Amino acid sequence: MTIEGLPPGLLMIAGALLLPFVGAAARRVMVLALPLAVLALVWMLPEGSGPALSFLGQSIAPLRVDALGRLFATIFLLMAAAGALFALGQSRLLEGVAAFVYAGSAVGVVLAGDLITVFVFWELMAVGSTLVLWAAGTPSAARAAMRYVQVHLLGGVVLMVGIVAHVAATGQTAFEAMRPETLGTWLILAGFLINAGAPPFSAWLPDAYPEASWSGMVFLSAFTTKTAVYALIRGFPGAEILIAIGLFMVFYGIIYALLENDMRRILAYSIVNQVGFMVTGVGIGTEMALNGAAAHAFAHILYKALLLMSAGSVLLMTGRRLCSDLGGLFRTMPVTTACGIIGALAISSFPWTSGFVAKSMIGQSAADGGLALTWFLLTAASAGVFLHAGIKFPWFVFFQKDSGLRPADPPWSMRLAMILLSALCVGIGVFPGLLYGLLPHPVDYQPYTAAHVVEMLQLLGFSGLAFFLLLPMMKRTRTVTLDADWLWRRPGAAAATRLWTGLAAVFAELTATAAAAVRSVADHARALHGPRGILARSMSSGGMAAFALVALGLALVALYR
Amino acid sequence: MTISEHLPALVVVLPLMAAPACVMLRHPFAAWLVASGTSWLCLLMSALLLRQVADHGAFSYQLGNWAAPWGIEYRIDMASAFILVIVSAIAAVVSLYARASVAHEIEQSRQYLFHALFVVCLSGLLGIAITGDAFNLFVFLEISSLSTYAMVALGRDRRALTAAMRYLVLGTVGATFYVIGVGLAYMMTGTLNMADLAARLPAVIHTSTAQAGLAFLVIGIGLKMAAFPLHFWLPDAYAHAPSAASAFLAGTATKVAVYAFLRMVVGVFGATGILAVAAMADMLMVVAVLGMVVGSAVAIWQTDIRRALAYSSVAQIGYVLLGISLLTEAGLAAGIVHLFNHAVMKSALFLALGSVFLRLGSVRIADLAGIGRRMPLSMAAFLVAGLSMIGVPLTVGFVSKWYLVEAILHKGLWPVAVLVLLSSLLAVVYVWRVVEVMWFAKPSALALTAVEAPLSMLVPTWMLAGAAVWFGVDATGTMAVARAAAAVLMTGVGQ
Repeated sequence: MTIEGLPPGLLMIAGALLLPFVGAAARRVMVLALPLAVLALVWMLPEGSGPALSFLGQSIAPLRVDALGRLFATIFLLMAAAGALFALGQSRLLEGVAAFVYAGSAVGVVLAGDLITVFVFWELMAVGSTLVLWAAGTPSAARAAMRYVQVHLLGGVVLMVGIVAHVAATGQTAFEAMRPETLGTWLILAGFLINAGAPPFSAWLPDAYPEASWSGMVFLSAFTTKTAVYALIRGFPGAEILIAIGLFMVFYGIIYALLENDMRRILAYSIVNQVGFMVTGVGIGTEMALNGAAAHAFAHILYKALLLMSAGSVLLMTGRRLCSDLGGLFRTMPVTTACGIIGALAISSFPWTSGFVAKSMIGQSAADGGLALTWFLLTAASAGVFLHAGIKFPWFVFFQKDSGLRPADPPWSMRLAMILLSALCVGIGVFPGLLYGLLPHPVDYQPYTAAHVVEMLQLLGFSGLAFFLLLPMMKRTRTVTLDADWLWRRPGAAAATRLWTGLAAVFAELTATAAAAVRSVADHARALHGPRGILARSMSSGGMAAFALVALGLALVALYR
Repeated sequence: MTISEHLPALVVVLPLMAAPACVMLRHPFAAWLVASGTSWLCLLMSALLLRQVADHGAFSYQLGNWAAPWGIEYRIDMASAFILVIVSAIAAVVSLYARASVAHEIEQSRQYLFHALFVVCLSGLLGIAITGDAFNLFVFLEISSLSTYAMVALGRDRRALTAAMRYLVLGTVGATFYVIGVGLAYMMTGTLNMADLAARLPAVIHTSTAQAGLAFLVIGIGLKMAAFPLHFWLPDAYAHAPSAASAFLAGTATKVAVYAFLRMVVGVFGATGILAVAAMADMLMVVAVLGMVVGSAVAIWQTDIRRALAYSSVAQIGYVLLGISLLTEAGLAAGIVHLFNHAVMKSALFLALGSVFLRLGSVRIADLAGIGRRMPLSMAAFLVAGLSMIGVPLTVGFVSKWYLVEAILHKGLWPVAVLVLLSSLLAVVYVWRVVEVMWFAKPSALALTAVEAPLSMLVPTWMLAGAAVWFGVDATGTMAVARAAAAVLMTGVGQ
């Protein structure tokens, strides 16, 4: 097989596994060159499917190149390179290797032409990301990784049953658009959604990611959820249920992010929120909505990585992660502050940033499709995004009070990575054609109309005003009703926010009950299976023989008619 | 008459003859050389037999030229040839490993005994796989079992003696049940030849004698293969036996018992249709699922890792039985291919652990902290085989899981498929817990003293770990053989 026939993701993984065997200097070059070389390869590959292979008695196409797959592969590989640059000073070799395996698997998924290949890379992705998390080396990271891998392998189980059933029912392994109609396709959808951070499994994301190292979370934020978004765009465009799920995620993310004090956990909730926009877009399902979801995924990877890099820099330089312990860092960390603000503006869809040109397509497609409520909620949520990620994060970390901390900006490689991503965020915002040209469907959309820009600036202006007027209450983040106050002028959003506030309380109650139930099941299981449990005890020979006799009796009864 | 015509007899007789040679030589190295050479020869012969079956179809070998059904018939078809290859391959690989491991764990004056017992056991296991005679199977069952008891008793401390004693009592109960079952069937049919039994049983299967015979067979063999809830002897035996014996037995002994089950219960009694009519298959399924879940759950809390792996074996036998209980060709094929896959990965795990024991003198989880940094190659093999136990794609574990789930869904048993996959999540816990301690914990004082295992132990470990990946990426060969084997065994059942 020539190099053209090999999935680029596999090359990336193979390269990752070589990393431990090269010298430190060569490794620094390799981590930057490898993703870019693979990226070049992706763009040299002709569109269409590579050679078909046989695996598990099924015909599979491990390589399929089209605009959608190439878009995601491009951003994944760019992100791997940017992340590697940021993590150049990270001394933990395992994290780098795992991150590249992880990125390579994500590329493998988006360039796979059949469900079986998708599944194989899907599982490798789970392994890679778990190791990235683990590499942080703290006990809490180890525990979080265990919970994380369980959720993902559970998702893998659901996905696998779905795929087996789908393949058995249709005889087709090709990964094409499906409808959630049979049990098989429902399970596939559920498997995808678990990775996307959809309810009721949203909590794995903010639970796990903030435990990663300062560089690990940058990688983690990019691949898993966005691969799931890709899978949804490819597999379930226009599945109406996704609108509801997406909107739930949007508000779940906002509410919990507003309540949160840990800067990286705020950003983790914000991932759920942003992926919610994309999932909603997939649910709307028109060409523009799908374009919007894909473009938003592309833009989001860049600005979320940028935000996490600035948060990671702060964590590395100060060792602190709680908003209440930070503040006033702009004095000594000007580059980090500036880059963090650009990321914050981008995530808030400020005009002339990447977020503006990407996310507005989803809202526009909701309006075009006559989905009034969806449009309302998305617009209201945009204000919410500005509140929790656009202002809250930079304000509390870099400004607010003077915490007395005087850390310097991080080393050059980290600064360079942040500056490059900032440039990309702004560049795409100013020249949206760059991104639109990569999208799977032809784009007939003009983001910079006067009405649109003014509307967005108004929205941001008022929510910014609200933030500072209510600043004392924002600090005591337990007073959730405050959301309802300032959103009062938007009845739909207000009602929804109240509803979600109530639900959040119920949800917290339910999680506590569920946790108690799980604990009691675990205690019970331990009593039964634990080292001194009935099922684990060493029995006397007589006891065992008696057991055999009982079994024989049962077998006789079963046969006797 | 060329030698190749007598391969079926030679493959059993050669290891049997090697045993007295080992005893007479007495010298540990010489005895090992004989045992290992024999194992590799057996592998060669088994592979030749498999090829012969693949090329020319099943064939019989009349022992002493006495025609079946009066004489003893050796019957070599896809099912038996596959088991021959599995058993001799594991034996060959483990025999390479055994020299250093046995030299370390057993006092010098008794090392030759281990090698002698090893080849006797191999002979018995191969005999079970190759014979076409129900009573002859019992004889080989006893040959393999008796040598196994003695091998376990050679273990490192005195607890090995209790474990061996228990194993002996239970194994004997199992063997007795088996022979009672065969006796009852003989009473009704007057024959001991399996093909002959299969032909004559349908006429008498309505009698309670024949049915009781089946019940005795099922429980007897169930004890031998450590099917839940008849598994209680297994963890002690595996935990206290010498490392090489644990690896060998984990890969072969229970597999061969499953083969006996397939042959006698599915192949011979299955032809009567009683399995489908009576609640037998359903009961088997319930027991299999329980075994899967309970075995994995118990494994999670074990502190001795060999015990954890033994319980995991109980769970894995559950998977195999589940495949069998579907009573479809696809289910049977999934079960059979898992016999191979599980043998490869479980033996690899035990070999890696044996290397740890060589260096640390312990396999308690607390003592293994940070050992991955001291013995990276051995522990990387453990990791690969462990991922395979979980069923990560591109390993053999995934192949098994895929085909098993496919077979289950083919029968429309959704909840069972989900249970199978959920129990594989339990495997994540018991494997990962060990991996975490090995690779991520701060090295214990004991672990700091360790160095990488010698090459003679590393190479066999990696042969099996490598096979776990090789046959996971390309399962075409193993699956084709498993399908053919399933077809052979299903001939009676399908009617």
